Amino acid sequence: MLVPKRLVASPNLPPRMNTHLPRDLEEALSALEAEPQATILAGGTDLMVSVNYQGMRPSAVVGIRRVAELLEWDGRFIGAGVTYTRMEHGPIPALAQSARTVGSPQIRNAGTLGGNLGTASPAGDALPVLAALDAEIVLRSKSGERTLPWDAFITGPKRNALEPGEIILGARLPERIPPGQAFAKIGIRNAMVIAIASCCMFRDDDGRTSLALGSVGPTPIRPRRAEEMISAERTPSPAALDEFQRLVSAEVSPISDHRSTEAYRRHASGVLARRLLERVIN
Amino acid sequence: MTTITRPVRTADGVGTSSVRPDAPAKTKGEFAYSSDLHAEGMLWGATVRSPHSRARIVSIDVAPALAMVGVHAVLTLDDVPGSRLFGLERSDQPVLADGETRYWGEPVAVVAAEGRETARLAAAAIRVDYEPLTPASDPGEAERNGSTFRVIEIVNGDEMAHGPVVVEGYYEVGQQDQAPLGTESGLAIPDGEGGVDLHISTQWIHVDHEQVVDALGLRTDQVRLHMAGIGGAFGSREDLSLQIHLCMLALHTGRPVKMVYDRAESFVGHVHRHPARMWYRHEADPDGKLRRVEARILLDGGAYASTSSAVLANACYFAIGPYRCDSVVVHGAAARTNNPPAGAMRGFGAVQSCFGYESQMDRLAEALGMDPIELRLKNALGHGDRLATTGQPIEGSLPTRQVIESLDAMPMLDSGSDDPRRLPGGTGLTTPASAVRRGVGFAVGIKNLAFSEGFDDFAEARAVLTTEGLRIHTAAAEVGQGLVSVVEQIARSATGMESVQIVWDDTSHIGSAGSTSASRQTQMTGGALLAACEAVLAEALRRGDGDRLDDRGVWRGDELVAPLADLLAEGPIEHLERFRHPPTEAPDERGRGNVHAGFAVAAHRAVVDVDPELGLVRVVRVDTAQDVGKAINPAAVLGQIEGGIMQGVGLAVMEEIILDEGVMKNASFTDYLLPTFLDAPEVEAILIEEPDHWGPFGAKGVGEPPAISSTAAVVAAIRAATGKPLTRTPVKPEDIVGL
Amino acid sequence: MIRLTVNGIEHTTDPVGPESLLTTLRDRLGLYGSKNACEQGECGSCSVFLDGELVCSCLVMAADADGSEVVTVEGIAGGDGLHRVQQAMIEGSGVQCGFCTPGIVVAAAHLFETGAPVTADDIREALAGNICRCTGYGAIVRALAALSGERP
Repeated sequence: MLVPKRLVASPNLPPRMNTHLPRDLEEALSALEAEPQATILAGGTDLMVSVNYQGMRPSAVVGIRRVAELLEWDGRFIGAGVTYTRMEHGPIPALAQSARTVGSPQIRNAGTLGGNLGTASPAGDALPVLAALDAEIVLRSKSGERTLPWDAFITGPKRNALEPGEIILGARLPERIPPGQAFAKIGIRNAMVIAIASCCMFRDDDGRTSLALGSVGPTPIRPRRAEEMISAERTPSPAALDEFQRLVSAEVSPISDHRSTEAYRRHASGVLARRLLERVIN
Repeated sequence: MTTITRPVRTADGVGTSSVRPDAPAKTKGEFAYSSDLHAEGMLWGATVRSPHSRARIVSIDVAPALAMVGVHAVLTLDDVPGSRLFGLERSDQPVLADGETRYWGEPVAVVAAEGRETARLAAAAIRVDYEPLTPASDPGEAERNGSTFRVIEIVNGDEMAHGPVVVEGYYEVGQQDQAPLGTESGLAIPDGEGGVDLHISTQWIHVDHEQVVDALGLRTDQVRLHMAGIGGAFGSREDLSLQIHLCMLALHTGRPVKMVYDRAESFVGHVHRHPARMWYRHEADPDGKLRRVEARILLDGGAYASTSSAVLANACYFAIGPYRCDSVVVHGAAARTNNPPAGAMRGFGAVQSCFGYESQMDRLAEALGMDPIELRLKNALGHGDRLATTGQPIEGSLPTRQVIESLDAMPMLDSGSDDPRRLPGGTGLTTPASAVRRGVGFAVGIKNLAFSEGFDDFAEARAVLTTEGLRIHTAAAEVGQGLVSVVEQIARSATGMESVQIVWDDTSHIGSAGSTSASRQTQMTGGALLAACEAVLAEALRRGDGDRLDDRGVWRGDELVAPLADLLAEGPIEHLERFRHPPTEAPDERGRGNVHAGFAVAAHRAVVDVDPELGLVRVVRVDTAQDVGKAINPAAVLGQIEGGIMQGVGLAVMEEIILDEGVMKNASFTDYLLPTFLDAPEVEAILIEEPDHWGPFGAKGVGEPPAISSTAAVVAAIRAATGKPLTRTPVKPEDIVGL
Repeated sequence: MIRLTVNGIEHTTDPVGPESLLTTLRDRLGLYGSKNACEQGECGSCSVFLDGELVCSCLVMAADADGSEVVTVEGIAGGDGLHRVQQAMIEGSGVQCGFCTPGIVVAAAHLFETGAPVTADDIREALAGNICRCTGYGAIVRALAALSGERP
């Protein structure tokens, strides 16, 4: 915002913005087909910051917060319009824990799962949960539906595989969600904080463990070698826990920025993973 | 000595926690802040700012903006009618950039247009061609090059004094921002006769008025500044931001013009706390007596002078702290760089040196094998002692010993809890209870009250008794601190009147109340209105031939001898008072003299829970004892204490402006982190009331002391919990982990 | 043009492009009670109820609120008197500069809607999206804690 981007000098305000407020999926997809360049608006928690500070002025907006199909949450399918507040009070503890750390009550009432996926920020709070569960992302357009594994949908930092005319319908989780699950997120203060590092873990009764880390790579990271190692340990010894922690630290790819350093993030990843494992085992 | 631990609500005079009169409107959203003002036919203003830390302006092309429909003015430095430079200590800052921009975000041009969006587009359309220059980003290098706003040398005491126990240390304080919730905003309305009325949030309308009049080249009576509702200040509103710009736009367009900075712009729109680098050497006898302190203090003043001279002075005069010391040598410099300008923030230099000297006192205690509280008590400065730096005898109260002892004696209230929200990491669930280490830290600080170094510091107030009751007129700024209650309560207690109304006069109706800063208004405006009220009371009793006044009139004993209407039949009774504190003087060439008007001390005891493996901190408690003279409104005093402590905690664990070659990387609330409800410690406060030697009812200013030593106490507690030396604040997780 | 019911009154208004609901409330409808301390969702000073949900109005696109019901601080008391949250803030010295106060009043009104008991920690977490720079939060928590368990 500070020094506004140079715009082509225009003697008038931009032409009127077209707004579509569909109530169902069909309407939404028709709107997108008619205006493929339209900006999709869910909760607004990311988009409106660009409007307020980066001079973003979309020519058309499709506001999807009323679309009924996106609000569904049944068993394994979580609709893209499900808010963090609903996730916070929902039946999946790891997801509830991650949702509770998002922003504030105001943000949680507006922000959605679909928004988290659409923005695809390396620090997106629900993303490590989806990644650890190997969730699939369901996309819909007028031409039909396609399903992508989470790591084919999120293609890079703030990049995703959405095609024009497509919206995120929701996330499909596996049939069985392991009972052992935990989430943790590091921030400098106790609310409204972008994660410096986060971790989500699922561990089944047979020891099979999956975990994903956020904010320590361009996209959520699944430390496969660490997972393989710890999945073979039904009752990990202290030495095994040390090794697990070391492997996790080795497999993340953090950067240094104004929020934290590469070295701290790498260290914190290992500590979080180890602590989550201890929590889940006990 | 009286102590009060918890304020009690009773009736409405001095010493009661009377409800502030502006609270209902504020809770209803009906209180008009400067950003809420609007006028028929008003235009919106916007500012073009430099994206470089330092650059030469090659050309400015305003034509694209002027060509836009709805744009009424595009102004640059050439459009400034009068003085092109302004400033608080010296006029060194251009109203708009003068061919070279010297800090990131420096204003280059301003526009006025129909509607906020058009103004934004117009500002964006202006083409400025910059030639970036190499910025001076390192204050150390600037000092070595002689690029400074001020250099201070203080040498006092017995130069031969030394002590066998020596500790040295180097400390840093990062750059804090005041971050008041209300951003810079105002409304300027031209009067159609070449003059202008400016409605503005600021800390001192008269000093703003002087600078605006100079820049506009108008007569003083042609410009009137009106105090608008203020959303916090903490020092950010002492320097001009948009005042001259708004008036220029209004006069140029002939229309009212409103401007509101958004948060990102606000970060560059005001000055910030001076970051500090401090080298200290403390020498003591084996019994703990402080024999010698040497200090070198370097502050980064940024691109323009602002109040750097006075801030540096504070940092240096209080470099030793509230302690006696046989010999002091202090060298201080405020460097000029191309970093964002630094200036006033609550504590004004005394915060920075407190972090230095209190860190040193803990190191010294350890070297001596002595209890840190005992060491502080041993050297505590009090009434009758001389400030070690200036040599000034402490004439007023200074209950340092009592402050330390009563805080030390306060039981450590148990704040243990299993609730994850109370653990380090909070709802982030990072930290099991077993990973927590608790630490306790203690620190004491000292601050001057009111202005110093011979400044002609005064405040005017007018008291008027009418048939509607008592009116107090003042130009003082109510920035949230509760002056509004203090004024009412002093007026009530001084006259016996219940019905008191405050009129916030503009610059044309009353003289200056001085700055709302330096913790001075309770004593200065309070002192002025007390004298004015006493004069009004005396006249009322004389006219009515009685011994007591209240809302009904003058009484003699039980008899109402002069009902108010009769009393005032010949006209209202009024008195204008200009109040000054005892005079101060500029120091000699070795920094010595009666430099200050008064002092206050406070001590803080912090309890922190730390997760050493992750470096996460939960500040559990910060308890305090503070020297307040007389608590005019105990609840309001407690409010200032809790608010000041919170800012001190912020500087200890999360608040810092991050610069990269002078460019701010975190100019937003996303990344400049302010403490939230979940970050607040519990606070228990003891108010030590030993009346000061001037000011109403012996009251002292209370706004700054809570922010002086709270940071040092929190960092000391983190050291205790982790065993890490931690010489820089704010403390980051990687500092604790050691990465 | 959009239709908005604000504090029970229906308005027709014309937001410019993607402007926020906060801007519409303040600059077009003259409801200046909701504040603009950050316009980024990081301070809560713009808090309103949108169709019964507590949100930051700076993050709501006004065009997307077409047909919605909004309650702002001006309407929180639902009449001429004071909401008990407002009363508590006044009496409990929870107000200093007051810029955060409207947002806190709205967010707290939500918390005490049902009359269920809340602890000090519950209050802190419910208001964690509301920044105050003046009070250090203590007086606000004490003032509101007194309302816990009270029938609304």
